[in-house]
Amino acid sequence: MSAIRFENVWKEYGDHIVLERITLDVASRAFIALVGPSGCGKTTFLRMLLGEESPTRGQILVDGAPLKPEPDADRGVVFQRYSVFPHLTVLQNVLLGRELQHAKLTGRLFGAARRAAVDEAMALLAEVGLSGHEHKYPASLSGGMQQRLALAQAIMRGPKILLLDEPFGALDPGIRADIHVLMKRLWHETELTVVMVTHDLSEAFRLATRVIALERSRSRPEELERYGATISRDLEIYPRRTAGARQVATIRSGQDDQATNGV
Amino acid sequence: MRLVNLKPGRQVRFYLAGLPFILVAVAYLIGSHIRLAENPDDKLLPALSTMAEAIRHMAFEIDVRTGSIPLLSDTIASLDRLLSALAISTSVALVLGIMIGLLPGVNALMAPFVGVASMVPPLALLPILFIAMGLGEGSKVALIVIGTLPFIIRYLTLRVLELPREQLIKAQTLGASTWQIALRVVLPQILPRLIDSLQLQLGPAWLFLIAAEAIASDSGLGYRIFLVRRYLSMDVIIPYVIWITFLAFLMDAGLSLLQRKLFPWFASVRSE
Repeated sequence: MSAIRFENVWKEYGDHIVLERITLDVASRAFIALVGPSGCGKTTFLRMLLGEESPTRGQILVDGAPLKPEPDADRGVVFQRYSVFPHLTVLQNVLLGRELQHAKLTGRLFGAARRAAVDEAMALLAEVGLSGHEHKYPASLSGGMQQRLALAQAIMRGPKILLLDEPFGALDPGIRADIHVLMKRLWHETELTVVMVTHDLSEAFRLATRVIALERSRSRPEELERYGATISRDLEIYPRRTAGARQVATIRSGQDDQATNGV
Repeated sequence: MRLVNLKPGRQVRFYLAGLPFILVAVAYLIGSHIRLAENPDDKLLPALSTMAEAIRHMAFEIDVRTGSIPLLSDTIASLDRLLSALAISTSVALVLGIMIGLLPGVNALMAPFVGVASMVPPLALLPILFIAMGLGEGSKVALIVIGTLPFIIRYLTLRVLELPREQLIKAQTLGASTWQIALRVVLPQILPRLIDSLQLQLGPAWLFLIAAEAIASDSGLGYRIFLVRRYLSMDVIIPYVIWITFLAFLMDAGLSLLQRKLFPWFASVRSE
């Protein structure tokens, strides 16, 4: 639940301009899909929002305050690959956020605190359809299940903003459709503002409230270096989609499918 | 069918693996037989019976002068040095490797130094160690530590740097501090790789051990080999070399087993 604002943001690597004149207001609870050809700076855009890279010029504001210059728990993320930790089981992966939050020194919870966190994690795993897989390692899960796990892991920590970097790009169409349903439900049931980078236009239009296209306006070889990509399209999806009739993180209570009625 | 596609079955594989061992043994026996036929007092390639006698003497009889079984006391002395040196190497390397790999500041400070230090030939330092630390246990352990530590550090540093960037970012978005990242994300993923590097360093560690014992020692497997060398006692040297090889092989196999049991997730990560 956070509004994001880009104020005339530029990103340059040495002489090479990647993004220029990015000015954008993202409403709280929006679901933004970022599309564009490869190499147009979508991922750079996301990395800036993540705090992994900082803008060369301009600034990014979250709820009016300048973005922190490093990743933090306010911004969750799911990458296309390597999003979950291979040395932790499914349950441990989901627990991790809670453990890091409450056990600053040991990074582990014990006793009653752990049991409470485990209950919460199990409910969340049931929600994303991973019941019965709690004690498997990610390597023995399918690609789709790994991404469900990555979503659960990110959401467990209760971020305000969820950043998705082509999260479903490597999945089969059928599995992708299933996970779209899940993604939509999570968006409705939590208080997330979602920014998703994708190269799949149909995915963008199916999920998002607003689709933004990044493109380089100049494409002559001698111009490529010196002109970055800009926002070329900014489309509000009609009929308008709004997040969650059901407010507040009902996801924590381990509810069943009925909550999809907000779609 | 092409050779690249010819895969031996289980049984064939077993026999193929045994073949080189048998060939070496047969070659030795033939050579030994020929030499002994020419000169029954030949010491270069002793017969099996001579070696068995030497083994009985070294491994199953108490030496009247020292009051202990030579092979046993030699093995204990050598393993004591080797294992304490490797314990020091691995624990120091684990801490430094993670810090250099994870913290850019420490990397800038230490990586070039470790890179240069790993190029110093450890055996060239041996005289310095003997002069500075005397001929006792300390200098032998120090030689093995100096010989293995920089390489384990470099190996672990590279493995930390190889961890996907996504994982470190992800941990931060889950609220992890630097300490928590080191403890929950990096350390558990580096431990199985530490076993890898330990296996790679077993060879050099034994090398430095034998070298140090050969030059100045009054016990140990290396000491014994170089002692009996003066009498051309191949009947003792050969069983000792086989015993050392066997010990090293056991350690290697033990580490592999430990890695499989403790880190069941690691095999699939490595095969990626």
